[in-house]
Amino acid sequence: MKNIAPQLPAEQYEKNFAELHPPFTYNSALIEANRCLYCYDSPCMKACPTHIDISTFIKKIASENLLGSAKTILQSNWVALTCAKACPVKVLCEGACVYNNKDEKPIEIGRLQRFAIDNYFAKGMPPLFRKAKKKGKTIGIVGSGPAGLACGAELAILGYDVTIYESSDIPGGLNTWGIAPYKLRREDSLKEVELVKSFGVEIKTGVMIGKTIQVDELLKKHDAVFLGVGLGESPQLSLPGEELSGVIGALEFIEKVKTENWKNVQVGKKVAVIGAGNTSIDAATESKRLGAEQVFILYRRSNIEMSAYDFEYDLAKKDGIVFHFLTSPKKIIGDKFVEGIECIKMKLGEPDIKGKRKPVPITGSEFILPVDMVIKAIGQETKSNFLNSISGLTIDDEGCVVVDQESYQTTNPKIFAGGDCINGGKEVVNAAHDGKRAAHGIDKYLTNK
Amino acid sequence: MVDLSINCAGIKSPNPFWLASAPPSNSAYQNCKAFEQGWGGTVWKTIGEPVMNVFNRYGGLNYNGQKIFGLNNIELISDRPIEVNLKEITETKKLWSDRAVVVSLMVESKRETWHDIVKRTIDTGCDGIELNYGCPHGMSERGMGAAVGQVPEYCQMITEWVTEISTIPVIVKLTPNVSNIQLPARAAKAAGANAISLINTINSIIGVDLDTFELKPNVGGLGGHGGYAGPAVKPIALHLLSQVAIDSEVNLPISGIGGISNWRDALEFILLGASSVQVCTAVMHHGFRIVEDMIEGMSNWMESKGFSSLDQVRGKSLPRINDFGNFDLLNKTIARIDQSKCIHCNLCYIACEDAAHQCIDLTQENGNSQTEVREKDCVGCALCSLVCPVERCISMTRIDDGSASRTWNQLTEEFKKAGKPLTWENLAEFQHKHGIEIH
Repeated sequence: MKNIAPQLPAEQYEKNFAELHPPFTYNSALIEANRCLYCYDSPCMKACPTHIDISTFIKKIASENLLGSAKTILQSNWVALTCAKACPVKVLCEGACVYNNKDEKPIEIGRLQRFAIDNYFAKGMPPLFRKAKKKGKTIGIVGSGPAGLACGAELAILGYDVTIYESSDIPGGLNTWGIAPYKLRREDSLKEVELVKSFGVEIKTGVMIGKTIQVDELLKKHDAVFLGVGLGESPQLSLPGEELSGVIGALEFIEKVKTENWKNVQVGKKVAVIGAGNTSIDAATESKRLGAEQVFILYRRSNIEMSAYDFEYDLAKKDGIVFHFLTSPKKIIGDKFVEGIECIKMKLGEPDIKGKRKPVPITGSEFILPVDMVIKAIGQETKSNFLNSISGLTIDDEGCVVVDQESYQTTNPKIFAGGDCINGGKEVVNAAHDGKRAAHGIDKYLTNK
Repeated sequence: MVDLSINCAGIKSPNPFWLASAPPSNSAYQNCKAFEQGWGGTVWKTIGEPVMNVFNRYGGLNYNGQKIFGLNNIELISDRPIEVNLKEITETKKLWSDRAVVVSLMVESKRETWHDIVKRTIDTGCDGIELNYGCPHGMSERGMGAAVGQVPEYCQMITEWVTEISTIPVIVKLTPNVSNIQLPARAAKAAGANAISLINTINSIIGVDLDTFELKPNVGGLGGHGGYAGPAVKPIALHLLSQVAIDSEVNLPISGIGGISNWRDALEFILLGASSVQVCTAVMHHGFRIVEDMIEGMSNWMESKGFSSLDQVRGKSLPRINDFGNFDLLNKTIARIDQSKCIHCNLCYIACEDAAHQCIDLTQENGNSQTEVREKDCVGCALCSLVCPVERCISMTRIDDGSASRTWNQLTEEFKKAGKPLTWENLAEFQHKHGIEIH
């Protein structure tokens, strides 16, 4: 990179990456818990993809039955700490809180969930669940992200022997590597990994399925296999200059940030992030917090079409990120290093059949934005090469594994799948739900076999 | 301009708010500070026999994160000598001639001892005397306080010792720890008391510590009953106040006490017959400063209702106190839910379903839950409207026209005249005739 942002003092990094939503104190948690109306058949529970019995776990906080509260939460969701901190609660549980209908502040469900789970981990994870009698059957899980962990935990409780294969040296998948540090630190994700391991689940790290071990071998070794492999790399922009030093994929960049070795993560003085999804916001705010002087987000449509949540957009604006809407990159300029990005202004055309307005370039509106770094945040590719190599799987047009909606069974009866690899990229909470449901799909399949 | 001044059995104060005989009215410093902030009067913390307190003496009852919903104490009467108190009372009254200074007394049950303390108290220039027959702990074991208040004969005897020499009004303060509050009130009246004040604190143990198994409050590992006060006791106080207020054999001015925290509480006591109101726990929680809102809030309320003096307010709700047998059995009210206000918490549904009469249906409508009252089954118990968190979302609506009014007393009289015994069948016939189905 040509112009690298200078390193910040260590305490400045800590300040910049401090938690956005700090924990409740004991008393403030009780007060907030007591504010909950304890709705019957509550809308928050329905809004949660894992259907945590929210009003019950909150009532248990109010009565200071904190272990019981953690149990109520974990019963529905094995990665509840990650979800408490990383879920878009405003569009899920908190968005459904009945207080919204009353023009009052919704209950801070995410922070209360965190309070209960933090306490559970602080108490050293006392056993809350009784494992069923050993079934004498073994399940292989590919990927230790939220889907794999949830599936593994649930299967272990059901009495199965579970081995999770993880290509990285550190387990947890995107929970460990993909969530902005001011939302979730790596150690939190690793606590959840420990919880799953405490049920007897074995996690083999540094094992790349398809390379270290072939899928066929797995299928021979295990009675069933669950795929929770997530998504792959950031796709190519296919622009001239993409090979220049200073161009990086958003996830690769975020992964570096997640090492929490802040001063060794190089960031340009001026950064352009391409794309306006939630990952783009993460990459942009993280660049700024690492010391970048100016960070731009380039998006070819307008703020109305962008997929980032409103609260993420607000966060980016607070961090001073400059948005260039209706702006498309044409070329990355530079000799060896990125020196700038040539953009063209767009306008939205007439809506197509699906009602989507296609952006159209405005002739002659090209301009150059001088930057030192370009972060590609236009989504993730599916692991289509790997998935296509597995016999019997059906992959849809989007590159996602096709599964049965109820059982999460793929078209290869011995293989089940869940998480981003079946939905193309959703929230952690969706993956957690998939993994748990798939465990029951597997149980049913093996019981009836 | 509204006038908040009152005259309680000849004791006058510029507003009805008095400090109750309790820790906040312990000294000249405190009483003078309270007067500076606007309190209309004080009942000086009980003076009398030598006592010594333990250190830890209060226990608080918290409710859903709210502190001191109730307060329990095992504090005794003033632990400062009589002479010191009398001197401070004299000085205070000299400085604050327009405020009511009442002195609470409790001495051993000897006529001469009472005569002596009453005379010395009158010499301070104070406006009245309150006899503490209520203190439920520490003093009662020594034959004073509640030990007197619980026995109407003692109450009458000691009150007579006071009234026979007192030249200033005498208020008898009653304990609620009795089965019939009217009996000690009548005894006080018979002995010539000029007013009644009530309630003193209620016997209580505030709680047990789940880690140490100790009682709250905990005195070196031991605990015992104390006197319960604060917002939690208000409904009990209102009831006992009303019982004394409607008793024609008593017919004395009343100073109301028990969980009064603000002007709204105070007005409820006045509407049920109180002339002045006494406050302790709210001051112990927040300090004397609360009186400003009490005065202002009450004045604003009076103005908004068109009242100019508390005489127009006092006892206004008393005629409504009646016996169950005189309530109209055919006054039909049912619950109606304003769907536009509903926030879909479904609390009305689960309360009715599990704890009342199973007459609210829970359905799904456009992704939202919908609760609807089956009116023909609704018995109008009002539970749903009480659990509903939204103001005026569920209203209890009267649906009869009043023409078929019938009280229990009237009904049983009718049965008697018609030679019908009171049986389930005869009752069902009456219900059926009026479209009432109990199931």
